[in-house]
Amino acid sequence: MTEPRSVDGRSADGLWVDRVHFTRGNRLIIDDLDCTVPAGAVGALLGPNGAGKSTLLHLIAGIERADAGAARFGERDLATMRRRERARLVALAEQEVADAPGLTVAEVVALGRTPHLGAFAGPSERDRAIVARGLEDAGLLDLADRDYGSLSGGERQRVNLARALAQEPELLLLDEPTNHLDIRAQLTMLGLVRELARGGLTVLAALHDLSLAAAHADHVVVLAEGRVVAAGDPHAVLTPELIRDVWGVEASVIGHPATGRPLIAYAGIADSPVASLPVMGPRVQA
Amino acid sequence: MTHPPRVEERPTKEDASRNRRERPRFRDGAGAPPQLAHPARRGLRTGAWAVGLVALLGASVIVAVAIGPAGLAPADVFASIAAHLGIGEPTLSPLRDGIVWELRMPRVLTAAAVGAGLALCGAVMQALTRNPLADPYLLGLSSGASVGAVIVIVLGVGLLLPFAAFVGALVALAATLALAAGAGGAGGRGGTGGSLTPTRTVLAGLAVASVFGAVTSLIIFWSATGDSYREILNWLLGSLSGADWTSVAIAGGAVIVIGMPLLTSAKTLDAFAFGDTAAAALGVHVGRSRALLLTATALLTGALVAVSGSIGFVGLILPHGVRLIVGSRHRALLPLSALAGAIFLVWVDTGARTLFDPRELPVGILTALIGGPVFALLLLRNRGLR
Repeated sequence: MTEPRSVDGRSADGLWVDRVHFTRGNRLIIDDLDCTVPAGAVGALLGPNGAGKSTLLHLIAGIERADAGAARFGERDLATMRRRERARLVALAEQEVADAPGLTVAEVVALGRTPHLGAFAGPSERDRAIVARGLEDAGLLDLADRDYGSLSGGERQRVNLARALAQEPELLLLDEPTNHLDIRAQLTMLGLVRELARGGLTVLAALHDLSLAAAHADHVVVLAEGRVVAAGDPHAVLTPELIRDVWGVEASVIGHPATGRPLIAYAGIADSPVASLPVMGPRVQA
Repeated sequence: MTHPPRVEERPTKEDASRNRRERPRFRDGAGAPPQLAHPARRGLRTGAWAVGLVALLGASVIVAVAIGPAGLAPADVFASIAAHLGIGEPTLSPLRDGIVWELRMPRVLTAAAVGAGLALCGAVMQALTRNPLADPYLLGLSSGASVGAVIVIVLGVGLLLPFAAFVGALVALAATLALAAGAGGAGGRGGTGGSLTPTRTVLAGLAVASVFGAVTSLIIFWSATGDSYREILNWLLGSLSGADWTSVAIAGGAVIVIGMPLLTSAKTLDAFAFGDTAAAALGVHVGRSRALLLTATALLTGALVAVSGSIGFVGLILPHGVRLIVGSRHRALLPLSALAGAIFLVWVDTGARTLFDPRELPVGILTALIGGPVFALLLLRNRGLR
């Protein structure tokens, strides 16, 4: 058992996923999974397709219910919180950028205020200001009155982020937030996420680009087949051996000439099939 | 409640200004606090439309009651209303007053209530199923309600009429959704009720409507002694020819009693705009909300069909028209759709009873004539939908 209070003598702040288990039908998706993201840190959730990244985010956000285990933020058990309360604490920006006919960008972002609004009252000045703030953060002020359906995929991705920020969450879950974005927009997105984390927001983002994750995350969690195979500082975790084992790809990990962050240079597909994966014990932390 | 400190709330001023300057942006923006260009514009527009539509509905009711073979003027209609409300002396002959108060007024008001209710049902179903083609008629609810209604009429327990129609609507809705889900496969990642594809749902609704329509026809054909074809047509195509004050009470009461909670669910319906996962992430109890709201639409459809038969396409046409004007926020969409539906059906029914006078068209023929092309247009516009 991980006991939030006792680890490293630190407070129980941050996200704690504790022995979470989840099956869909008879398929095991998340297998007794433990991981943490310290408060105010940017955590990157890495792993090949089908590793369970999206499902884990959904479980933390309370959208699906785990068969066993718990996800906590600070001392609050996310699974047993009231839905509206949880939606004021945790926001999820989804991977898909679906169409929503007839809504302007500002209206879509205003949906993020849903858990803060009563049944009858309209949005207050404060609600409007927070929506405007979310739009500004995501660089969408110019597009506020545009029809959402007319946006590009990358713009929709930013609207998703702005909507999540309008929830005023303490924990922000991002499912592949850099999808559909060009490289400048990817860097801006992750730079913004870093900035928000410096302001106290805790972030867990599922990412595909390992170098990008290594450059922006304080903490990486590598998933494979529903289990954590490694977690911790990007330097320590992202080794050529791990990348071969988890993704089946040969790679060199070099230090970035300017920043010193790990930079992953891929060399090709690994010859041997993906090895059976070591399972990290529940106690191993960053 | 604690929130993460935002940029302005940094510990030191120095930090704050530095971070402010270095803050990553997607686009360079001015330093001024963000402000939305016209935060209240749509709100004002919605209010103006609501006032306009209420006035138009009032005028439509008066004028529609006057229209017809008896040569009445709107002033006569006012006089009759005043007399019956006890605020004026009766000036019309008993016969003409009877035409106004016992024949046309109940019929026009029933048309208004049924139109409002069907438009509301359509708007709510479109949001909950994320299906622009959802409508009580197209998804088979109306046909199911007809079967329930016809059964209790044949059995002679007319008191149960709205209830039986509700049960029929609910059974048909459940059948359509189950069929659509079954036909669509077990869904992919996180696939729940919200991932039913629009076309599959409409096809399932078509199958259900065909079966229930046939059952309605069979029951009437077996049981009726006289003009069964006419009665079959009235149930299958919808008709308001038999409307009396009881119809007004049933349909109007249902619109008020069920419409109000639907209006208070506007925010929940908004949250469904991006699907079940997004709605759940916004704190909505997805399964319970969908079940409750769909049951409410079945209840409302049952009450409406009990007095009017299956009038199609009203729930399809009006919400889409209103969306073009005020957008998709349900706070505006629901009340305006209801008003527009009321006005629409008042006039279409007036057409149905006067176009071929003295013969009368089932009103559903006219709504289908208008709604069919709208349906086709929506199909073309939503070609991306599978």
